[in-house]
Amino acid sequence: MMVTAAPPTGWIFDIRRYSLHDGPGIRTTVFLKGCPLDCWWCHNPESQSPQPEIIVREHLCTQCGECVRACPQEAVSMTPQGPHTDPALCTRCGECVPFCAPGAREQVGQPYTPQALADILARDIPFFDQSGGGVTFSGGEPLLQAEFLSAALAACKRLELRTAVDTSGFAPWQRLESIAPQVDLFLYDLKVQDEGAHRRFTGVSNQLILENLRRLNDRGSRIIVRLPVIPGLNDTPAEAAALGSLCRQLDGIQRVDLLPYHHTAAAKYQRLGREYRLPDTPTPSPDHLNALAQQLRAYGIAVQIGG
Amino acid sequence: MSMSERVRQLRQQSLEAVPTLSAERAQLMTQFYADTQRQTLSAPVRRAQAFAYLMEHKHICILPGELIVGEKGPAPKASPTYPELCCHSLEDLHILDSREKIPFKVAPDVLAAYEQEIIPFWAGNSMRDRILAEMRPEWLDAYEAGIFTEFMEQRAPGHTVLDDKIYHKGMLDFQREIQTALEQLDYIHDPRAYDRQEELKAMSICAAALIRFAERHAELAEAQAASEADPARRTELLRIAAVCRQVPAQAPRNFWEALQYYWFVHLGVTTELNTWDAFCPGRLDQHLLPFYRQGLAEASLSRDEAEELLQCFWVKFNNQPAPPKVGVTAAESGTYTDFAQINLGGLTPEGGDGYNEVSELLLDVIETMRLLQPSSSIQVSKKNPDRFIKRAARIIRTGFGQPSVFNADLIVQELMRAGKSVLDARCGGSSGCVEVGAFGKEAYILHGYFNLVKILEITLHDGVDPRSGKRIGLPTGDPRGFQRFEDLLDAFEKQLLHFVDIKVRGSNVIERLYARLLPAPFLSLLINDCIATGRDYHEGGARYNTSYLQGVGIGTITDSLSALRRHVFELGTFSMEEMLTLLATNFAGREPARQILLNRTPRYGNDDPAADQIMVEVFDRFFHAVEGRPNTRGGEYHINMLPTTCHVYFGSVTGATPDGRSAGQPVSEGISPVQGADRSGPTAVLRSAARMDHVRTGGTLLNQKFTPALLQDDTGLDALVNLVRTYFRLDGHHIQFNVVDARTLREAKAHPELHRDLIVRVAGYSDYFCDLSEALQDEIIARTEHEAF
Repeated sequence: MMVTAAPPTGWIFDIRRYSLHDGPGIRTTVFLKGCPLDCWWCHNPESQSPQPEIIVREHLCTQCGECVRACPQEAVSMTPQGPHTDPALCTRCGECVPFCAPGAREQVGQPYTPQALADILARDIPFFDQSGGGVTFSGGEPLLQAEFLSAALAACKRLELRTAVDTSGFAPWQRLESIAPQVDLFLYDLKVQDEGAHRRFTGVSNQLILENLRRLNDRGSRIIVRLPVIPGLNDTPAEAAALGSLCRQLDGIQRVDLLPYHHTAAAKYQRLGREYRLPDTPTPSPDHLNALAQQLRAYGIAVQIGG
Repeated sequence: MSMSERVRQLRQQSLEAVPTLSAERAQLMTQFYADTQRQTLSAPVRRAQAFAYLMEHKHICILPGELIVGEKGPAPKASPTYPELCCHSLEDLHILDSREKIPFKVAPDVLAAYEQEIIPFWAGNSMRDRILAEMRPEWLDAYEAGIFTEFMEQRAPGHTVLDDKIYHKGMLDFQREIQTALEQLDYIHDPRAYDRQEELKAMSICAAALIRFAERHAELAEAQAASEADPARRTELLRIAAVCRQVPAQAPRNFWEALQYYWFVHLGVTTELNTWDAFCPGRLDQHLLPFYRQGLAEASLSRDEAEELLQCFWVKFNNQPAPPKVGVTAAESGTYTDFAQINLGGLTPEGGDGYNEVSELLLDVIETMRLLQPSSSIQVSKKNPDRFIKRAARIIRTGFGQPSVFNADLIVQELMRAGKSVLDARCGGSSGCVEVGAFGKEAYILHGYFNLVKILEITLHDGVDPRSGKRIGLPTGDPRGFQRFEDLLDAFEKQLLHFVDIKVRGSNVIERLYARLLPAPFLSLLINDCIATGRDYHEGGARYNTSYLQGVGIGTITDSLSALRRHVFELGTFSMEEMLTLLATNFAGREPARQILLNRTPRYGNDDPAADQIMVEVFDRFFHAVEGRPNTRGGEYHINMLPTTCHVYFGSVTGATPDGRSAGQPVSEGISPVQGADRSGPTAVLRSAARMDHVRTGGTLLNQKFTPALLQDDTGLDALVNLVRTYFRLDGHHIQFNVVDARTLREAKAHPELHRDLIVRVAGYSDYFCDLSEALQDEIIARTEHEAF
């Protein structure tokens, strides 16, 4: 008699269909929750914690008071401005969410089995087939849930779906190595070349990340390097030169995508009650992006502005 | 892509012309019909003589700089009226003159003519009066309750599109064909021989009348040339005169003559009667291709000249607002658009790729002109290249709502399912909003919109309309007694059949009234096989004869049934009693309950089989209620799924619905999801919509609102091409894209004076946003905006 283990459960905070900028064609992007990095510019701050979180969209709230009654911890109280959740008392149990009829309270982070996820991914197969698209796993850092990711990729491959993984590269090499055969394309984020600056702005060293990139390249994976362009932070000529000479050595790198920094996440930080550390950083100008792209192209690398 | 100074001025004139109501046609018709000598004529001959009288006496004009000539009224946007169909009352005229949206200015002399001549002669004697007098009480009750509308109570059946025949034959050729048919009449064995004789004579009179109409333009052009100081313009005027002496009498010999010929035909059809959806050249790129290639080969035409002629042609369409309406139709269809929809691409009659260099030229013209009329569509076959869709997408993304996008291969399938030959099907296409027909060979008549949501409301009230308290439906039982969801569906089906019966009974009478009283001999001579059979277009003379009923509100009724199933029959969130109270009180004081219905119900448009299966159930019931019933013209009834703007009117007469929709709000339009209900992106909407079996319809309408950001780069354009291709692989019929952001729309609503040029896709057509009613403006703003991530 064969004993099968329960399938791994993944924590997913969003599934976006008709995603056009996370790999070729029309794609469905799966956002896995949890990230070991703490980038100052992170535009999905709700993705960082591996735990589910409750967010409140105040503009949808009708102040009906159901959440106050529903909370087993009595963490929610009604104020003249609407319901207030005491973060010290809230255990993120999610009991209040189903009682919120207008959908103002939402639990960010839902559990999925690989099969449940595959059922959703399969829905857009006609669009993938037509457009040469597929599925992209992003995050957070998808490698943080390596066992689930591996199972989900295997489920995709049973459906003959093309797969991409959008990763920071910050994970033990064994994890990357184990999923690589099932990944058609890596979207590999290289944020800062200078190690000290990398530590400062992401919280971790980039040594492992660069080492993993080389090994991924050497095993023959196809890679698109993605650089979030943060003015004043990683867009100096020295940074570009370092990135250019690195990419020139690695023949698996198909292209470098420059992703211009946007200010749009500031409101999310406010909603989560967290400090936003780049309040005054501007969006890079098209001229600046073009100049950066030119500099990189001089190394013989294909460069695209935007994902 | 350029616009000459001439075109710039003509376009500007057209944009700035104030729509007015002209009494000229009504006065001419009154004079004609007041002549008692004509009362002994047969109906077709009398109508033909009336047509000839109009062609001989109506005021004609040639405006400075024009190359294509002829107006329906005495001047651009001077709209004629059709008192023999429906006679405007003085009150109607005041409303048209003073209303904020879609006004028609009524001058004092027009008002006087109506008061003294037109109303005294026609009031009580129009077709509209006849129709309403013939309708039975149950029809009038359902009509007044807003269960259905009636297309023909103030506009004539028409809704047809021309094929390629006028590009090979002049009116003199048609007259020869008519003569042959007359000579072959068998008065000994055919009891209808005399009827055919009168119809054929009438057609011949009409052919001569159109030739005379063109001659009058030739004479005017020559007179203008004689006094023209500018030699260049003098040459042009003489050329115009030569064109008008060639066509429509003879077949056209070149590009210019082909366009002018069509335009005279267009004016003829829309002057004879106020046919629904004006008239349309159909597959214009294919019709013009031989003339274009020949002109280029002979160096008698350049691409620029062809483009300028087409631009002048476009202005002509824009000069003709839809006929001013009366009564409830004015409320249900608030637009100047008259729905001429030019088809591009698709298949050739032999089944080849129909995209050609004239298609490309026409796309340039559409983009440059940016006019409300004519409407345009691309017919996308699997055989057409992707660049065709991509070129169209570049126009679509400018936010002007044109062209709309159709599945040419599916249209062939739809037409063949309904009995057309493969060759006739390939020559067909879409017209009006999304309706399919075999161009030049089919009379496909729209009979009315059907308010599926209102029928559910009646079902939930055991046959009584809660708005009036009147019993207009069947007693199908108190819903509080229904044990299962299926009991509710069964009751709905009985009510649906009841109202379709009422509708069809009325429509079959109306078809006969038109056949008897208002034949259309001019339109008939253009449509196969009216000449060969000697029968009128209204009498079954066309090769194919279809009657369409249009289902409206599939999204709202699906979500409502889904809410009833989920919350009443499955979870018991509410009892039926509570649900009925919520609806009766319009959710007053029960906002949380409404939010549960809105947010905790599987809803159509999210690729959720729990909801989509209900949509399929409703669709199937509507299909079976209508499909295959015989009409009076030897054809059958079929369905299509489109609303024009009727979803706003239908919403206004329908109370709160179980999906959380408040009383009076618009119901969903076409087969689009309820406004704001689709939250899973465009691929999910397309998957849901494709669960409907489009093959069994005569057209469905799907509207998608995109923000400009989604289409700003090549990635976005390619994705749009792939969305379209995939939807069509799933047998979707039609999709159109509104590309505009909500902020722009809100800004335009607040400051209409700054956004007069903002054209948006409404439902099967585009319109100036600022001309839309506030309800429709709000609805368009509310439609989900899809963003890419």
